[in-house]
Amino acid sequence: MKTVKQFLSSIWRALFGDTMRAFGIVSGLLLICLAIAPTKDHFSEWHHYQNGYLSLIHDRGDAISLRRKFQPGIQQIWLPELGVVDRCATCHEGLKEASLADVTMQPLRKHPVIPHPIDRYGCVICHRGQGPATTVQEAHYSERAGDDPVLPARYIESGCGQCHQNELTGTPQLNNGRKMLAQYGCVSCHLIKTPDGITMKSTDVPPSLEHIADKTTREWIYTWIKNPQAYAVSATMPNYKLSDADASDISAYLMSSSTPQAGDVDATVIPLAKNADPSAGPSLYGESFCATCHAVQNDAGNLVGGNVGPELTRIGNKAKPAWLQAWIENPHTYNSATLMPHYRLTPQQVATLTSFLMNKTDSDYGTNVHLTAATPAAVARGKKLVATLGCAACHTINGVNKPDNFAPELSRVGSKPLAQLIFLPGMEHTLPSYIAGKIKQPQAFGPGLKMPQFTLTDEQRDALTTALLALDERSQTMPDKLRVHSVEPTTYEPAGQAGKLMADLNCLSCHRINGHGSDMAPDLSLEGSSVQSQWLDNFLKNPNTLRPALTRRMPRFNLSDADRKTLTDYMMVVYQSPTIDLDKAPPAVNPPAMVEHGRQLYYSRYACQSCHIIDTKVDKGYIGPTLTQVGSRLTPAWIYAWLKNPQELRPGTMEPNQNISDDDARAMTAYLMTLKGSGKQEGKQ
Amino acid sequence: MTRRPVAYAVLLLMVAGIGCRHWSASSSALKPTAAGTAIVLSSGDKQMGATGTVLPSPLVVQVNDDQGTAVTGALVEFQGPAGVRFDPAAVLTDSSGQATTNVRLGTIAGRDLVSATTPGKAHPATVQVAEIALGYQQQLGSILADQFCNRCHDPESSAQRVSNYDNLAVKPHAFSDGGTLNKMSDADLLSVIQHGGPALSRSALMPPYGKTLSPADMQAIIAYIRVVSDPPYSPAGTVYGK
Ligand code: HEC
Repeated sequence: MKTVKQFLSSIWRALFGDTMRAFGIVSGLLLICLAIAPTKDHFSEWHHYQNGYLSLIHDRGDAISLRRKFQPGIQQIWLPELGVVDRCATCHEGLKEASLADVTMQPLRKHPVIPHPIDRYGCVICHRGQGPATTVQEAHYSERAGDDPVLPARYIESGCGQCHQNELTGTPQLNNGRKMLAQYGCVSCHLIKTPDGITMKSTDVPPSLEHIADKTTREWIYTWIKNPQAYAVSATMPNYKLSDADASDISAYLMSSSTPQAGDVDATVIPLAKNADPSAGPSLYGESFCATCHAVQNDAGNLVGGNVGPELTRIGNKAKPAWLQAWIENPHTYNSATLMPHYRLTPQQVATLTSFLMNKTDSDYGTNVHLTAATPAAVARGKKLVATLGCAACHTINGVNKPDNFAPELSRVGSKPLAQLIFLPGMEHTLPSYIAGKIKQPQAFGPGLKMPQFTLTDEQRDALTTALLALDERSQTMPDKLRVHSVEPTTYEPAGQAGKLMADLNCLSCHRINGHGSDMAPDLSLEGSSVQSQWLDNFLKNPNTLRPALTRRMPRFNLSDADRKTLTDYMMVVYQSPTIDLDKAPPAVNPPAMVEHGRQLYYSRYACQSCHIIDTKVDKGYIGPTLTQVGSRLTPAWIYAWLKNPQELRPGTMEPNQNISDDDARAMTAYLMTLKGSGKQEGKQ
Repeated sequence: MTRRPVAYAVLLLMVAGIGCRHWSASSSALKPTAAGTAIVLSSGDKQMGATGTVLPSPLVVQVNDDQGTAVTGALVEFQGPAGVRFDPAAVLTDSSGQATTNVRLGTIAGRDLVSATTPGKAHPATVQVAEIALGYQQQLGSILADQFCNRCHDPESSAQRVSNYDNLAVKPHAFSDGGTLNKMSDADLLSVIQHGGPALSRSALMPPYGKTLSPADMQAIIAYIRVVSDPPYSPAGTVYGK
C-alpha cells in the first residue's frame, strides 16, 4: 500500500514538480487533443475512399478534368422538402462522371442513367440507408432501432413508386406488383389507401357463393378448397391448407346456405344436344372467341387463352349441366355483375357449347372423395370456419357478413419498424426480406395465422414486395405537389336504351369508353368521329377483324336489326371527338391528280405498305389494319387527323407520328378515301 | 488445461466454417456418384432481366462422358461475377444428366458471364454463358422496343406477336445483330430512329420516331441495342489508361 502511494507521488513530482515542466506537459497534452479531430478525419473511411478515387482517376486519359471536378471532404445533398440529408457522395465520388462508365468497383462507379439528376433527388430516397452517416456500416446497415438498411437492387423500383402513383413505362415490376395487389385480392382483406387517397379495390371479383349449390357439387367444393391450383393452374384463390375435416365442414355449410336462383332451374327445359356433330362444339367455341377470355390447358400442359374469365380445362368436373346451360344462355341471370357478355345464342348453340364444355373433364380429378352426409353440427362448424378464415372478405356468402379490417392495414407497410417484426430463424433482419418471406410462407410465422398460402413465382413475389415497399411513410406524408397522381378510372356508363344494351353485352369488359373499361380492345370514346355509320352497322352484324395478325377477336352477338341501329345511332352521336377539325380535311371525293399524288406519297415517301395492306397481291405488311376498304370505313376528317398525329388520337399506338405536312396528309387522305374495297375481300383476310 | 485442445479445435472449426461457408453449404452436402468429362449448355443462356432480379427461365447444363452420353449424379457448380447468385449454387445432375439452377442477376447492368463447372475425371470441364442484366435505361429501351420496333426488327414470331419481318422488302437487322449495328455510331442510330431510314439514305420502310418518342426514350432504345448486341459492343476511341 505504502509503496504504491510512494510510487504515485514520485511520478507526480517528476511531471509537475516545477512550473516550467508542468506548463510544458499541459501544452503538450493540449496539442495532442487538438490533433485528434484531424487525425480521425485522416484515418476515416471516407478519406480512404477519396484517396482510392484519386488514384483511380490518376492514370486515366481524362484525369485532369476529373481531378478538377473532384471535391475533397464531406459531400452533402440537402432536400428540405423531403427531410433528406445525404452524404453518400462523400465516398461515392464517381457517381456523376459519365466517363467512368467502365469502372465496376464500388464505391467509385458511375451511377447508371436514370431520369432524375442526383443533385436534386439524392440517394436515400430510392436506395434507403442512413443518408447523414459517414461510415459504410452506419450508412448501409441497420445499427440502431429505426435504421433503414440499403435496399437490395431488385426492389429499387419501389423508390419510384413513392412519388409516382401513375403507371410508368420504365417500372414494369412496380406496375405489376400494384396490379397484383388488386388482382390477387390482397386488398380484400388488407386495407390499402394509396398516397393519392384512393382505397384500393380488388379487380378480380371472386364469385358470389349465394347460389353455389345450383352451380356445382359439394364434392367439387371440397376438392377445390383443399387445393384450388389442382383444378386450375391459373387459379388466384390461395391454398388454405385445410384439413379433410375442415374442408368437409366448410363444403357442408356452403351447400346448406345456398339458395336456388330462378333462372338456373328453368334451364333444365332445354335438352342437351345428345348426338350433335362432334366438331360443332370446338368450332362454335372458336367462332365465339371464348378463348379471348378463357384459357384451357393443352396437351403439353401450357395454358392457351386469356385470363379474364376462369380457366375451363376441367369445367366438366365442376359445373352442373343445367347451370352451365343457363349460364351460357345468359350469364347475367346468375350473376348480374359478371364480365361475360350475353351472347344471344340459339338454343341449339347453347346446347352444343354446353355439351362441348361438359366433356372437358379430368377423370383423375376429385376421385376418392366420399363425404359423409352433412350433420347440423358439421354445418355449424363449417360456418364458424368460414367466419374465422375470412372467406366472406372476398366471396358473398349467405349468413356470414363481410368482415371489417380482417387483416392489418398496409398503407405504410414500407416503413414498418423492424422492432415490430418477428423474423423466422435464419432470415435476414430487413424489411424487404420480412415482406417477401411473409408472402412466401405466411403460415410459417406462427401457429394460427390466417393469411393463406398464395401460389406465386419468385418474380411475382419480388413485384409484390416492391409495390408494398413503395407504400412508406414518405410516400404518404410528402407534399402533394411532389406526387405524380394516378389516373383514376371513371365510373362512366353509357346511357339510355343503348346503355342497357351495352351493359348486357358487357362492351366495357374489353373496350374502354371515357376512361372506364378494359384496354383489351380499341378505346371507343371517339368512335363516332372515326367511322361511317353504315360500316359500324355492318361490323356489329358481322365483326371481321381488321388486323389479320390478332388472335383476340370481337365476337358476334347475333344482334337484332333494331338493336344494331340503337347502338350505331348512339355511338355515332355521342362518341364524337371535340378536337378534330372538320375544315382542315379534304372532302370525301377529290380530283384524280391529288389522289395519284397521295398514292405516291403512301408508297414511296411514307412507305405505309410496310405495315398496311391495300393491294392484297403486292402489299404484305400486317401490323396495322388492312386498308382495302378504308374509304368506306373511316371519315376523311379522322384519317387526316390520324395521319397528322396518331398518338394524340390513340396514345401508345404503334403508328409513329411521321411529321407529315398538311398538304401531304390531305393528299394521302384523298387517296385512302378512294379505297372502297369489295367488302367481302376484307372479310377473308 | 485438458479442455484447451478441444476449445482450439472448436475455434478452428468455426473459423473454417465462416471462411468456407459458401463451400461447405453447397458442396459438402452433395456427394457426387459419378463424373463426366464434358459439360454443355442445354438452355437458359442469353436471357435478359432487370438488375437484381431472377431470370425468367432457369439455366440448364448437361454433363456428358467421353461417348457423349449423359452422366447422372455428377457435381456441377455455378459461378458468376460478384452479385450474381445461383439457387442452388451447386447441384448433382439428374437422371437425364442435367443440372438446373435459377440465376439472380447482379447489380451492375451489362453482360454477366456465368460459368458452370464439373470436377470431371481428370480435370474440370467448364461451360461459359452470357446473361444480360438491364439497368433502368436499358429496361426502358427494351419495353419501348417491344412496343414500337420488334414487330419489324425481330424475325421471330410469338403467339402474342406475329413478326412483320418477312413482309418487308428491305430487311432490318435484329437489335442483337452486333456484327452490323456495332459499326454504327450512337449518332447514326439516333438519326435513323429520329428521322427514319432516309436520314442515312436507307429505305423509308424504317419510319421516323422523333415526333413519337422523347429524346430520353430514344437514348434508352440505343442503350438497349448496345447491351443486347452480340458480339458485345465496345465503343472505340476512349482512352482509359496512359
Ligand atoms: C415498319 C417496320 C419497322 C419498324 C416498326 C421499325 N423499323 Fe427500324 N428499320 C426497318 C427497316 C426496313 C430497316 C432497314 C432500312 C434499310 O436498311 O434501308 C430499318 C433499319 C433500322 C436501323 C438501322 C440498322 C438496320 O437494322 O439496318 C435502326 C437503328 C432501326 N431501324 C431502329 C429502329 C427502332 C429503334 C425502331 C422502333 C422505335 C424501329 N427501327 C422500328 C423497319 C422498321
